[in-house]
Amino acid sequence: MTTTLQPPTTAAASTAPARHRPAARRRSTPLTIVMLAALAYFLLPLFWLLVASTKGTQDLINSFGLWFSDAPQLLANIKATFTQDDGVFVDWLLNTAVYAVVSAVGAALLAAAAGYGFAKFRFRGDRAAFNLVLGAIMVPATALAIPTYLLFAKVGLVNTPWAIILPSLVNPFGLYLMRIYAADAVPDSLLEAARIDGAGEARIFFRIALRLLAPGLVTVLLFTLVATWNNYFLPLIMLNDPQLYPITVGLSSWAAQAQNGGGGASSDMLPLVVTGSLLSIVPLVIAFLLLQRYWQSGLATGGVKQ
Amino acid sequence: MAATTAAYARKPRRAGPSRRRFGGPGPLFVAPFLILFLLLFLAPLGYAAYLSLFQQRLIGGTVFVGLDNYVTALKDPLLLHGVGRVALFFLIQVPLMLLLALVFALALDSGLLRLARVIRLGIFVPYAVPSVVAALMWGYLYGPDFGPFAQLSRKLDMAAPHFLSEGWMPVSLANIVTWEFVGYNMIILYAALRTIPQDLYEAAAMDGAGAWRIAWSIKLPALRPALLLTLLFSVIGSFQLFNEPNLLMKIAPDVISSSYTANLYSYSLAFTGNQLNYAATVSFLLGLVIVIASYVVLLTANRRRAA
Repeated sequence: MTTTLQPPTTAAASTAPARHRPAARRRSTPLTIVMLAALAYFLLPLFWLLVASTKGTQDLINSFGLWFSDAPQLLANIKATFTQDDGVFVDWLLNTAVYAVVSAVGAALLAAAAGYGFAKFRFRGDRAAFNLVLGAIMVPATALAIPTYLLFAKVGLVNTPWAIILPSLVNPFGLYLMRIYAADAVPDSLLEAARIDGAGEARIFFRIALRLLAPGLVTVLLFTLVATWNNYFLPLIMLNDPQLYPITVGLSSWAAQAQNGGGGASSDMLPLVVTGSLLSIVPLVIAFLLLQRYWQSGLATGGVKQ
Repeated sequence: MAATTAAYARKPRRAGPSRRRFGGPGPLFVAPFLILFLLLFLAPLGYAAYLSLFQQRLIGGTVFVGLDNYVTALKDPLLLHGVGRVALFFLIQVPLMLLLALVFALALDSGLLRLARVIRLGIFVPYAVPSVVAALMWGYLYGPDFGPFAQLSRKLDMAAPHFLSEGWMPVSLANIVTWEFVGYNMIILYAALRTIPQDLYEAAAMDGAGAWRIAWSIKLPALRPALLLTLLFSVIGSFQLFNEPNLLMKIAPDVISSSYTANLYSYSLAFTGNQLNYAATVSFLLGLVIVIASYVVLLTANRRRAA
């Protein structure tokens, strides 16, 4: 496959209206109906979650799951979620946001600098180093998690925020994307011109290259953000202080409490688990919808090149 | 990625002046990434490999045992079952998921859909849902008490399907994973389809090719690298299956044991069994299995292309 990536300005827009389709295109109603049925499958659990978040324990068990009950109490559920255990849910949300944002910004910048370095410079051992990192794409994060835990336990990093952030900073696939992206999006002639004008390499990178790399950068940022936001295995093994939990581990600990009781006092946890789940997905869904032109073009970069 | 690596190596070096210097600022740009890579990627792997050569014994403390742990692991029925289960999962769930993603991507790209944008984003949305939340939601939906499927069957006086029973569990897990990732794979394939130059279609139409013929002869071959990418990600994803079984375990503890998947097993070895050395061995082996599976996928794909 030799299709090259468009320069960033058009790459960002390439998934949108840039491509002309024949004007008088017929639409297929049967195909649309089939796809709407598929859409219903994907949205069904989310609809259930929304409905369930408006119910108390009794209604969750007794009323029909896919429709609202007579006494909706979404606000009461939200309030209960935020105040349970001295507001630990707020801590979880903040922790998740901090872990995800720091990891994502760090990973994107590291990948951009390294991708630019590999794409635009030749130096001793560059190929070997790049291939080593490429090989690492296949080493799964969770197979690495226990070894990382063992090492971090040795150096006293477990049960700290760094135990979550540090491993998320290294994103081999991000480097791969950024190298491809930098090779096409940053013209050598521009770099030469800047050098002739006497600009230093650091200045060239931060002032010129980084701007051209922006769409790729946002893609790596967004996907690291999601990966860290959704991460469960790593924080599960690294953290044992509930104050440090991200939302995933927190919710699963609540779910375990709701389950253990079955009835009685702990089943009051059920609406909290459901409402907490709803609250935890809202920020990411919004981020994806707002930034869609970036991640779609970024994914194209990974899928088209080989 | 071997295919990528090969393409990279074959490509003639660009003759731009900036690419000829040795030394220079290049190493400074790649150093931060590589240093962290060394500390957070290679060091843990090396440490796990080191730990896997020892055993903790009641008498004598930690002793060097060479490859004994590996010999034990390769004969360990719990591990073999766990790996077997995820391998089976990979062979059945992944093709189904990728086929769905491919069909959806082609449908979206065909231009025949109304509401295409809404459908595309709606199918993708589950990717933004943490797998913990996905597993919790589906767990409640599957539930025999207040799950809507059970409620509906009660209303119709039918026996409720036991989604959380031993026989149904692999299907239930596969459904959760499929729900989470079809949209993601679909978007990768769809994005690749959008980069096919329009004039290729026009030329084909001029030659009298219909929509099916265009899909088969132009779109599918052009999707090859993207399909390979989704396949590789799926290999990695299914062999390290953990979150979904770990969460369903809480509502179906009799069905999902602590060694249901290989990753669940190495987790319980490390944290409930406290067998750190053996857990390191199992993690290391699991990583190895995944790397081998990925290379098999790549080599098969490349050989087909060469043939």
